[in-house]
Amino acid sequence: MAHLHPPTRAHADLGQRQLRRLDGVLESRRLPAASIRTTQWPGMRRTKEVTVRQLRIVLVLLLIVGLFAGQAVLAAEPVKIGFITSLSGPAGIIGKHMKDSVELALEHLGRKVGGLDVEVIYGDDQRKPDVGKQLADEMLKKHKVNFVSGIIWSNVMLAVAPTVTGAGTIMVGTNAGPHELAGKMCSELYFTTSWQNDQTPEAMGKYMQDQGLTDVYAMAPNYAAGKDMVSGFKRYFKGRVVDEVYTKLGQQDYQAEISQLRGKNPKAVFVFYPGDMGIQFLKQYAQAGLREQIPLYSVYTVDEISLPAVGEAALGNYETRYWSPDLKNEANAKYVGDFKKKFGYTPSFYGAQSYDGILLIDSAVRAVRGDLGNKKGMVAAMRKADFRSTRGKFSFNVNHTPIQNFYLLRAVKGAGGDMEMQIQKTVFENHKDAYYQECPMKW
Amino acid sequence: MNWLLVVEQCLNGLQFGVMLFLMAAGLTLVFGIMNLVNLAHGSLYMVGAYLATAAFNRTGSFLAGVAFALAATLAIGMLVEVIALRTLYERDHLDQVLATFGLILFFNEAVAIVWGRAALFTAVPRALSGHLQVLPGIPYPAYRAVIILVGLAVALLLYVVVSRTRLGMLIRAGASNRTMVGALGVNIRLLYTVVFGFGAALAALGGAMAGPIYSVLPGMGEEILIQVFVVIVIGGIGSIRGALVGAVVVGMVDTLGRAFLKPMLSTVIGPSAADNAGPALASMLIYILMAAVLFFRPQGLFPAVRS
Repeated sequence: MAHLHPPTRAHADLGQRQLRRLDGVLESRRLPAASIRTTQWPGMRRTKEVTVRQLRIVLVLLLIVGLFAGQAVLAAEPVKIGFITSLSGPAGIIGKHMKDSVELALEHLGRKVGGLDVEVIYGDDQRKPDVGKQLADEMLKKHKVNFVSGIIWSNVMLAVAPTVTGAGTIMVGTNAGPHELAGKMCSELYFTTSWQNDQTPEAMGKYMQDQGLTDVYAMAPNYAAGKDMVSGFKRYFKGRVVDEVYTKLGQQDYQAEISQLRGKNPKAVFVFYPGDMGIQFLKQYAQAGLREQIPLYSVYTVDEISLPAVGEAALGNYETRYWSPDLKNEANAKYVGDFKKKFGYTPSFYGAQSYDGILLIDSAVRAVRGDLGNKKGMVAAMRKADFRSTRGKFSFNVNHTPIQNFYLLRAVKGAGGDMEMQIQKTVFENHKDAYYQECPMKW
Repeated sequence: MNWLLVVEQCLNGLQFGVMLFLMAAGLTLVFGIMNLVNLAHGSLYMVGAYLATAAFNRTGSFLAGVAFALAATLAIGMLVEVIALRTLYERDHLDQVLATFGLILFFNEAVAIVWGRAALFTAVPRALSGHLQVLPGIPYPAYRAVIILVGLAVALLLYVVVSRTRLGMLIRAGASNRTMVGALGVNIRLLYTVVFGFGAALAALGGAMAGPIYSVLPGMGEEILIQVFVVIVIGGIGSIRGALVGAVVVGMVDTLGRAFLKPMLSTVIGPSAADNAGPALASMLIYILMAAVLFFRPQGLFPAVRS
């Protein structure tokens, strides 16, 4: 039962003018048939009066048809973007960060993408791959979208991306980066404005290796990204890994795993627990009294989503990331500043990537001058990454995954007394993912 | 294997089981007495968590928060019963599932409108943030120990209420033959409203206790609801004793499975295979248990007596 989450709201955002035009397009398709039927009456016996009245009706109808047809020619079809994310359930907060950022990007672009009117259709995948795939199918077939974007979860992405690219439509991922799509399954039509899953934990692995740490206990949820995170971590961390523990995706209680962890007596802990899972894990880790005993290092766990909910239970935690609200560049200052002003909370990387995704689509449509049929031209334009990204200048690798910097971040108490992430130093410069050589694409 | 660790994990299992029991007791009461499948029970848990957290953050007193959540959710539960559920008793279970699923959507959106989609800040009350030395070498979070005590106290209270009081007698009578209870001049409608309200308050207690350790988010009730349904199917639908036993069994099996299945498997099939099979099997364990119970004892371990 796939429901497009708030399609009505997306329509409402379009503005009256656009709605009227949409109706116009529909009408113009229906009216000619009606007028033909009216003119097929001459075979019947009739009075002169009727003929005149009929003629008048036909004339009026023709006029209306002409009006609408004229308008349809003048204004090109809008760019349709299907944006799939998790909007309900415990992960709904991540979806909200992404959706708000898409709206901000559209506002910055004057509600035009590449100079054309734009319609965004939001879909709620409920963190389920099957629902995500159904939504993608519906967007492709019913709404005939020009781009599909979004996707938080790697397992959902693995179901959606091949569906979209298989239908010849461009997919712009704005979070999940499963290794399959960066390697063997890479596609001309698949881009990501985020990262490949392994990259961020690689940076954390490098940092922990440089710190001379050993006896590390690794934990992650048991799904596509969880495995990627731990393998990325181990690519650069060469010390001893005491144990790798995978928990159920969406698990609430980690007390059993924390007891096991304490029993193994590691020197450090590395975890990947995004969204609601991170909130739960951070609280329970602190409540078990382990924060003072075993240092915790994480990726995608301590962020602008979990910090307001856990507060000081994350104070001093280290993370690695390609972006942070305090990253210094013009585009980021504008994004973070306007976001806070419009929505009243601090954006997260989920949002920054989604903002970038819309700007990337904008650059593609602009390059082909609104000719949405020119997929080759749009792909060529997107490969240049020619837009003002919130992360600063970056380039795409052959597999359409960003080559970008990764920083060490720390959760600190900000000037206002609230917890915030601050960049400490650069761990990797222009870091490439580990799978691009497996991607057969050449350009 | 380290035996102290096993003891600690049993404690964890008991704590998880007790949490499940707080939910299961209300759900099974409502099903046993009113013959109503209430999918929205998880929503009442969520509402309890939100109200307790909001009141705790405002007053600074955890007890006040819990008390407020209990009273308010009791009222909300009774209101929902009167407005929405009353007409559903005579209907098919499928209609009830549909209607209460609608309530889930309603409550999820309602809390998102009132408190926003972001998780609320929650922390363990200061007095309970320490640790207890249960056994030498096992520091156990005091808050979780309190959850165990509260859960067991609720179980005892429910036992006394159901088997020793007039209200309990009516509840038992209503469960076994509601037409006869009605014929004897008992206001069965009021009884239903009261029972539903108490079920809601129990769910709210579970939610209020869960707030500081889990995340208070819209939709937080659905995760636990599925496990609670497993509990009442295993325990026997409609039976409070069954809910208690089922909850503790599910809590234990799930916790011990998560903790020890992988190490045990790795001695049998090797560590790399266990890395893959262990977590997958551990998360399926309670469902496998439910399937086994349904196969050998379809009525559950302690079925309620009904005519």
